[in-house]
Amino acid sequence: MNKENYHLAKRQYVLAFSAILIVVIYIVRLFTLQMTSDDYKMRADSNAFMHRVQFPARGAITDRNGKLLVYNQPAYDIVVVMQEQVGVDTLDLCESLGIDTAWYRRRMTEIKDPKRNPGYSRFTQQLFMSQLSMEEFSKFQEKLFRFPGFYIQKRSIRQYTYPYAAHILGDIGEVNPSDIEEDDYYRSGDYIGKQGIERSYEKELRGIKGSEILLRDVHGRIKGRYQNGRFDVQPIPGKNLTLSIDIELQKLGERLMQHKLGSIVAIEPSTGEILCMVTSPTYDPRTMVGRQRGKKHRDLSNDPMKPLLNRAIMGTYPPGSTFKTSQALTFLQEGIITPQTAYPCSHGFHYGRLTVGCHGHGSPLPLVPAIGTSCNGYFCWGLLNMFNNRRNYHSTQEAMTTWKDYMVSMGFGYKLGVDLPGEKRGMIPNAEFYDKAYKGSWSGLTVISISIGQGEVTLTPLQIANLGATIANRGWFITPHIVKEIQDGMLDSLYTQRRYTKVSKMHYETVCEGMQKAVEAGTCRSAYTTQYVTCGKTGTAQNRGHDHSVFMGFAPRENPQIAIAVYVENGGWGANYGVPLGALMMEQYINGSLSPSSEAKAELFANKEIYYGDYVR
Amino acid sequence: MATMSGKQRSITRNIDWLTILLYVVLLAFGWLSICGACYEYGEPRDILSLASFGTRTGMQLVWIGTSLVLGAVILMTDDRIFDTFAYLIYAFLLILLFFTPFLAHDIKGSMSWIKIGSFSLQPAEFAKFSTSLALAKFMSSYGFKLQGSWKNITMSLILILLPMVLIVMQKETGSALVYLSLFLMLYREGLPGFVLFLGIAAVTYLVVGLRFAEEPLLGNFFSLGDLLVTLLILIFVGALLHVYCRPAAIREAISANRSIGSYQSVRRRRYAYIALFAIGSVLVHLSANTMVDHLADHQKKRIQVLLGLRDDPSGVGYNVIQAKIAIGSGGLEGKGFLNGTQTKLKYVPEQETDFIFCTVGEEQGFLGSAVVLLLFLGLLLRLIHVAERQPYAFGRVYGYCVFSIFLFHLVINVGMVLGLIPVIGIPLPFFSYGGSSLWGFTLLLFIFLRIDAGRNRMKR
Repeated sequence: MNKENYHLAKRQYVLAFSAILIVVIYIVRLFTLQMTSDDYKMRADSNAFMHRVQFPARGAITDRNGKLLVYNQPAYDIVVVMQEQVGVDTLDLCESLGIDTAWYRRRMTEIKDPKRNPGYSRFTQQLFMSQLSMEEFSKFQEKLFRFPGFYIQKRSIRQYTYPYAAHILGDIGEVNPSDIEEDDYYRSGDYIGKQGIERSYEKELRGIKGSEILLRDVHGRIKGRYQNGRFDVQPIPGKNLTLSIDIELQKLGERLMQHKLGSIVAIEPSTGEILCMVTSPTYDPRTMVGRQRGKKHRDLSNDPMKPLLNRAIMGTYPPGSTFKTSQALTFLQEGIITPQTAYPCSHGFHYGRLTVGCHGHGSPLPLVPAIGTSCNGYFCWGLLNMFNNRRNYHSTQEAMTTWKDYMVSMGFGYKLGVDLPGEKRGMIPNAEFYDKAYKGSWSGLTVISISIGQGEVTLTPLQIANLGATIANRGWFITPHIVKEIQDGMLDSLYTQRRYTKVSKMHYETVCEGMQKAVEAGTCRSAYTTQYVTCGKTGTAQNRGHDHSVFMGFAPRENPQIAIAVYVENGGWGANYGVPLGALMMEQYINGSLSPSSEAKAELFANKEIYYGDYVR
Repeated sequence: MATMSGKQRSITRNIDWLTILLYVVLLAFGWLSICGACYEYGEPRDILSLASFGTRTGMQLVWIGTSLVLGAVILMTDDRIFDTFAYLIYAFLLILLFFTPFLAHDIKGSMSWIKIGSFSLQPAEFAKFSTSLALAKFMSSYGFKLQGSWKNITMSLILILLPMVLIVMQKETGSALVYLSLFLMLYREGLPGFVLFLGIAAVTYLVVGLRFAEEPLLGNFFSLGDLLVTLLILIFVGALLHVYCRPAAIREAISANRSIGSYQSVRRRRYAYIALFAIGSVLVHLSANTMVDHLADHQKKRIQVLLGLRDDPSGVGYNVIQAKIAIGSGGLEGKGFLNGTQTKLKYVPEQETDFIFCTVGEEQGFLGSAVVLLLFLGLLLRLIHVAERQPYAFGRVYGYCVFSIFLFHLVINVGMVLGLIPVIGIPLPFFSYGGSSLWGFTLLLFIFLRIDAGRNRMKR
């Protein structure tokens, strides 16, 4: 080995060092890639894993007797994989699906448009047509083999057993962007309860989504399940709901109310359970399903009769004379009157130039017959004496405030808290309201009409029915509610706790007496039956048009099973519609059916039509 | 018979078994990676199915088997035939390379594959060992000196450039670039260090200048890249002045070799060279952008993507991004054999050939990948050690050729997968799928082992 080579041999260390340096740099690089951040891991997961949602079955809904009202029904979407869809006979396809070729071409360009369909890949299934009916589906399935690339995907939509209770049951529809923003449970295309129970019990009904992790290759094709489904999560089905509704009672109510505007609400007094909630006009919930929902919904919301309005909780009406019961209770409790107190009434209440008219009856009357005959004069005097009572109250304002507190304790003036969306609070005026309206110069006389359920006072039919339930219970109520039981769940304590009014029980007995009198010898005589003791109170609410016909009552007097409010817009006297309809409803519920004579009467009323030609609201 | 068995014994004793062990371990690791890269979801996972014929994993097993046989055969030949037939083999491969484009059919734009029956061979893979042999033969000839002999340097360069040109003509630029690595061998054999230094300086200017070319500092005339390159040039010039123009350095050089001239003339000459270097540096930098404009579009893109100039996940950068995702998702221990998702689901392109290291990274994690790199480092250091113990220049030169080629493949292939250098399509030795490259590397390595095994013969 010569000297020169010895000198050059030192260069082996330069080369060895270079090799070591490079390998060290690469190992450091590996370390930063693999050990310092999860970013690549997450990007790898989003590359390879497709999380497919598994939709839970939505909870079923039954009535109080276990009759199935709402259930799930399979619907069929048609999906297409563009890559595989070649040489399909378009004409044949369109014919089999009942669409025209223009629609087909438009849909195909929509699918391929990345702006409208951001997740588009020609290797994966794209929605072509949604919610085919069973019939359309079976027709198409026979020919499916002729259309490569087209597949059928099962989905579930709601179906309704009965054409009744549309407003209670509500419906479901695709979520809108704000739903997605508010609750990250939802993804575009999911269904959400839009109205009724479907909306207010959405969280219970929807269940919990499951997911399966699929492996997706670079072309978007599914290659299998990740680790054979070890990390998949099974969906948890939604909870079944049992409604407090008696569907037979609901059915009768809707039948009686057809061709009329208004509402019937019945409550089981001891539990606050709503037995029926009729609003008229109504619609068949079965039409709000599937592809036609949007159009149907549009038609209904354009209807001047407002069939989408649930009048039972959204309609605010003057309660008329049914309100007198609440006045009697207030006056008794405040010591303004005793059951023996009698007020004169000569075809009405006369005070100075003011007259509130009344029909002919004996005078003066004590409380019980005053309720029985629905004497206006009695309650006007009562209110006037209360508001002018300076021993109890320093001012009219203070009297008014006391009065208002009684009303609120009976569930008026505020939302009751029913478990349905859209409830209105009605109107109970207070002192400030009148101070403002009359610039401070007002008296009991000015507002005298509130004592007979007119003037500024408005209630929803639900609040009127709840008044009946409160009297039936002699002084308390449970917030009315429509869901009786949640599968494996508890009702909100709101729907199990008693709410007491400010009036003691003994005064309620007096009012019951009066209401029984009304049925036996007063305004509600047509509600009389020998089978049980009925308590009732009519109302004839004045408004700009023809009077509204109102009835509020309960039966039997002891251990009441049902409290009811009937409100027929422009139905005239309370006795015209309110009393007979209320009586039929109570009979149906207490006896489980109508007697033949009642059935005949029901048929008669069902066919009665009220003309609303100039109806504008 | 007695001499035969004696000869056999001495060969067996002298074979460098450590290198063979590293070779076999790398082959085994490589095959497992091929399994990971080729495995399809739902296929059986047992070893028999993986090894069955007709699948790529099965085929690779055939290549591995034949390579082992080939290695054994080489070890049993007489080592003198390599010396004797070096030029003949070189000439034969050159002719083969020359005719390849005419015989080849186009595979993804490459004209480097010859079809023989149902097999395809890539002659370029075999030209590596033939060129190494020719260089070893030439540089071990009597009285050969690289230092100071421009004739010898030029001849060596011609031996290297001939196969390069022919391979470029087959549109296999990556494979052609491999021959540049032989400059490392030339350096060991006496090529002045400044040649390597100039090369490295030029590459640095190019990379730094282009990387920051589009970040303006003073209008359009002076970019951040220009500033950085200027600083680099100043640093290099300062370092050169310090190393070569100190009075002590000049006096030392004169005392080593009186014939180079007087103190003044040496100093003047050195200043002139450094000035030339500075001017050359500026010219290289100024021509860099112009040069890039004249590159083919895909080459330009590759350089730009590498330098981070383009954020283009579906274009050229896609390969690199997917490779990084696959490796990065491996974590410390990896996802396990056959459990990689990115490679299975074909997110990584060329995953069983050029991007095979992704599978290692994803399935074996940081630990596995680091072990593979360390195994390669072990092999490289062992090659230097073995090359240095050769009694004759022939073995040493050949050994450094083997070292240079393996180092280049490792640096370029792994560097590209890790996103550190441009995408240049060359295989990772013993890992990438394919018979030609595996046979080529086996020939290259085992000829060296055979030469090494005979190192003591002449002394006896």
